[in-house]
Amino acid sequence: MKPIIELTEVSFAYDIGPPALEHVSLAVAEGEFLGLVGPNGGGKSTLLKIVLGLLNPASGEVRVAGETPQAARIMIGYVPQYARFARDFPISVEETVLLGRLGTTRLLGGYGMADREVARRAMAETEVLELRRRPLGTLSGGQVQRVLVARALACDPRILILDEPTANIDLRGETEIFDLLKLLNRRMTIVVVSHDIGFISRYVTRVACLNRTLLCHQPVPIGLEVIERLYGMPVQRIPHGDACAMERKP
Amino acid sequence: MSGFLEALSSHAFLQHALAAGVLASIACGIVGSYVVVKRIGYLAGGVAHTVLGGMGVAYFLGKSPIGGALVAALLAALIIGWVSLRFRQHEDTIIGALWAVGMAVGILFISRTPGYNVDLMSYLFGNILMVPREDLLLVAGLDGLIVALVLMFRKPFLAVCFDEEFARLRGVPVEVFYLGLLLMVALTVVILIQVVGLVLVLALLTLPAAIAGQYARSLAAMMVAATLLGIAFTSLGLALSFEPDLPAGATIVLLAGVAYLLSALARGAWLRRRRA
Repeated sequence: MKPIIELTEVSFAYDIGPPALEHVSLAVAEGEFLGLVGPNGGGKSTLLKIVLGLLNPASGEVRVAGETPQAARIMIGYVPQYARFARDFPISVEETVLLGRLGTTRLLGGYGMADREVARRAMAETEVLELRRRPLGTLSGGQVQRVLVARALACDPRILILDEPTANIDLRGETEIFDLLKLLNRRMTIVVVSHDIGFISRYVTRVACLNRTLLCHQPVPIGLEVIERLYGMPVQRIPHGDACAMERKP
Repeated sequence: MSGFLEALSSHAFLQHALAAGVLASIACGIVGSYVVVKRIGYLAGGVAHTVLGGMGVAYFLGKSPIGGALVAALLAALIIGWVSLRFRQHEDTIIGALWAVGMAVGILFISRTPGYNVDLMSYLFGNILMVPREDLLLVAGLDGLIVALVLMFRKPFLAVCFDEEFARLRGVPVEVFYLGLLLMVALTVVILIQVVGLVLVLALLTLPAAIAGQYARSLAAMMVAATLLGIAFTSLGLALSFEPDLPAGATIVLLAGVAYLLSALARGAWLRRRRA
């Protein structure tokens, strides 16, 4: 079967600074749950932006469902890092989720019954339906993140892409989000960026380690030696709760 | 105040002034809310001040200054929008330069215009008591245009203000709506110049919306509340300034400023009490 996301020899550099990505080749099959991990500044977000068509690679080729990223982005549901917009923006949970209907619904006027029904289902699935009239600014970090997942689901996506969806929330919220993603993975491909390799390895079907170039991509579980290669130093596992993280060896 | 009400019933110019305030508040409440939530007050200021250039040129050529203002405002919005999209890194420097250059052009042309230059002050600080009937009709028309645009495109405008990146990913032509937003700012600036003059435009554009934004739970509610606040400030400011013969524009802006300060203080105290 043809992969749904396919990057071939992709390189990218910002105007200033060293190359962000070098010769990255990666194929994601339909139905996969891929964890994209790596150190800060390793190019994870850059790679996502290239797949979304927000950045164009300096060289190499990107295909999403056989099309260019710009043509295919309508079939992607995207969940950004939540810190990006103003917390005091006057918008309700339902209005936020409805924005996911853009691109599918007409541009003129208001939303139709069908749009509201899709949004309602997305909110029910992410368990924010009872919050729908609340202003976004009054929610907790975990709740906001689930609203953003609902907005992405309202796009009726074939692929769900999440950029550090749990960076600002506690372990319980993080577990809830990933339990939800596991469920969603039954009907869509998921790519999630994370720096917590220990935590996500319990959920994803495959991990891709990115530090400017793709160091490995292999099914879970991944061994310690892979993680050491990724961070370029000896590391050790430190258990926290029932998850675990890596720490540099003293 | 009673003197104002008495004069209002007998003088057409006061009725026009009141109508100008109400009409301006509609554009202000709607577009000002976008300016506040999108945090483009500085861009709006740039558009407002660059307009003096266009007014000066129109004045020099013997054309209608309000027509010149309209052309200049739309042109300034497109240039500033383009700068903002293209040179995001240096946006503030370039807009600051346009702001000052636009004003300098205006002052030069006005100074070279033969005759009596009393109008310069009314462009800068407004003269709500001298709004002619035809300008009132123009303002009403611009209001209608803004309301129609916002009703038609409320979804993409909201998307672009709330989360530009997500809007782009959903296939919304973000640049088009961003420029559209700035063009609506330009129309509003032209309306407001009638009421408070271009130096004070920014205050009336942002203060009612900023107060409304402290309480509103949706953008639509914010727009309605900001419009009502604008009507209150312009009407009350007009009434207060009438008998002591104070400049109406400055009185209106001062009223809005004091209201904003009080609202911010009250809200801060309320939030502290709720947390305690």
